Amino acid sequence: MSVLSLCKITKSFGGNAILKGVSLEAQGGEFIALVGPSGCGKSTLLRIVAGLDHAEGGEIVIGGRAVSAVAAADRNVAMVFQSYALYPHLTAGQNIAVPLAMRRLTTPQRLPFIGNLMPGQRQIRADIQRQVKEMAGSLKIDHLLDRKPGQMSGGQRQRVALARAMVRSPSVFLMDEPLSNLDANLRVHARGEIVELHRRAGVPTLYVTHDQSEALSMADRVAVMIGGNLLQLASPQEIYDDPAHIEVARFLGQPRINVMETRMDASGTVRFGALTLAADGVRSSETPVLIGVRPEFVHLSVRADGILRARVERTEFLGSEVIVHARLDGIGEAIVAKVGPAEAATLVAGMPVSVDIEPDRAMLFAVTGERLRAKTVAVASAREKARG
Amino acid sequence: MTAHSLSLGRILRFTLLSLGALIFLAPYIFMISTAGKAQSEIFSSSLSLIPEHWSYVENFTKALSRVSMPTLLLNGVIVCAMIFLVQVVVAIPCAYAMAKLKFRAARFMMVLVMLGLLVPIHATALPLYVAFDRLAVLNSYTALVAPFSISVFAIFLFLQFFRAIPDDLIHAARLDGMSEVGIVARVVVPNAWPAITAFAIFSVVAHWNDLFWPLIVVTNQDYATPPLGLLSFRAAEAGDDYGALMAATLIITLPLVAAFLLAQKRFVEGITMTGLKG
Repeated sequence: MSVLSLCKITKSFGGNAILKGVSLEAQGGEFIALVGPSGCGKSTLLRIVAGLDHAEGGEIVIGGRAVSAVAAADRNVAMVFQSYALYPHLTAGQNIAVPLAMRRLTTPQRLPFIGNLMPGQRQIRADIQRQVKEMAGSLKIDHLLDRKPGQMSGGQRQRVALARAMVRSPSVFLMDEPLSNLDANLRVHARGEIVELHRRAGVPTLYVTHDQSEALSMADRVAVMIGGNLLQLASPQEIYDDPAHIEVARFLGQPRINVMETRMDASGTVRFGALTLAADGVRSSETPVLIGVRPEFVHLSVRADGILRARVERTEFLGSEVIVHARLDGIGEAIVAKVGPAEAATLVAGMPVSVDIEPDRAMLFAVTGERLRAKTVAVASAREKARG
Repeated sequence: MTAHSLSLGRILRFTLLSLGALIFLAPYIFMISTAGKAQSEIFSSSLSLIPEHWSYVENFTKALSRVSMPTLLLNGVIVCAMIFLVQVVVAIPCAYAMAKLKFRAARFMMVLVMLGLLVPIHATALPLYVAFDRLAVLNSYTALVAPFSISVFAIFLFLQFFRAIPDDLIHAARLDGMSEVGIVARVVVPNAWPAITAFAIFSVVAHWNDLFWPLIVVTNQDYATPPLGLLSFRAAEAGDDYGALMAATLIITLPLVAAFLLAQKRFVEGITMTGLKG
């Protein structure tokens, strides 16, 4: 059963469409990362789910209840903000206690002074204190409970913000780039922690980030949003290996995927150098198409049996791997290969090389960006012929 | 440069500042001096800062006996406190709504606030006086407080301050289950103390020292505010008694001076505070 379901959410600001009908379903306990370049509408979508912003069209269902007309406070969602948004005048302990106090104490019980005289509040307050302590203990921030946000480091504030969001067991957990204000070391450490906390809480989580490595490493499923559209929602592996859209392929992966333009004839056959690919379906005429190949599936060699010829322009040494930039002869397009250091040792700038592409790793896209599934793959390179 | 070294620049700066302070304080110093002089000495041709005969006791006794000083001070406190309280209670929700809630009329309301800043009390004094007369509320605290209950200056000041409060903080409060009233009371006000303190100083000083409006609506000495009370030292049948007048003025300025000295640290803190950090 889906715990959170979004159906055709639309939103525009002053005539600019920010969200163009986004649909998404999250199962119980699932961690979904919403990833995309800045301005793609991912944060707006999160705010709409939280109830802080209103969608113009579409339906939001949380836990089987349509909440489009429900106020933020009554949706039972918790959110961690990029700036943490801790109350600066309250201590960490008081910050964590706020959502509990707002839900469990009645309005008269919350009043200053008079509230202390109301029957039953003492027991509730004691319960809240106990829960705050437990939460703080599990996040290892017990020693910070008496400090105000101004006296804490970024990492500590981030933990307090997490504690405040988790303490009331929400039905959906929203995070808006919670790690982007941390330094690089802390960020990698905090990733693991958030995943661990999520696993323990078992609450479906929407996690907004612009950092692809965060999305791929943390999420059960990754939703790639570009220009107000949700282009693909799939497991990290699937989204990387089998992108449904050229923009998805371009956004994920470092260095970026190689995209080269070529043509497809009416029978659906694409020739790129000595490489031949065949796409499903029949076209009426010849159409331009794009071939995408991730750098790790491009191989460069000094032998003269590749599908294309190229000239090495420069190499970047990254330790465990080397990024080689080369320019294809004739076509003049740049191609990037990720190779092992041993392989790269033989390559120097200006050197002519032979380019090989793993044929089953080459992906075809229409110029509009949609993926064209390859039916059969045939390679007719000099090497194949030699072997045959 | 260490704190103790007295370089030429430091001495120059210090001298200039002292000179400026002296110029600004001169009337007050002269008032303190006059409060200790007898009537004959005040009108003598010689000008001295230190009284020949110390008449402080005499003048202060006269100041305290001529008018009911406790009534004046109490009225001053009541009127200023009520004005400040109502202004804050009205202006904070209004400024919050204009700063953080999205509604169509926000821009129009901003224009109204700006216009309101341009209209002085003197322009509306006559219609207000007539209205209060018809309502038979002249000579009352209502007449003294009501015209100032909505302060556009306060709305403007708080508006600027609230705009600096991060939206995320308000959003977090909403998700935590607070109503809009709750947000104002629990998040906005506790973080707006610097603005409230700054406004308190403006408001209390202005209304404690206000002579214009009390003079129009109050004729009964029971409702007289301190500046109005001072008028009874003027044009009395025996002529102006400056010694007693200065003594009375000293008494009524004392609460403000004391309040400023006490709140000085907070006030400076309020000005130097660099906004909120969440």
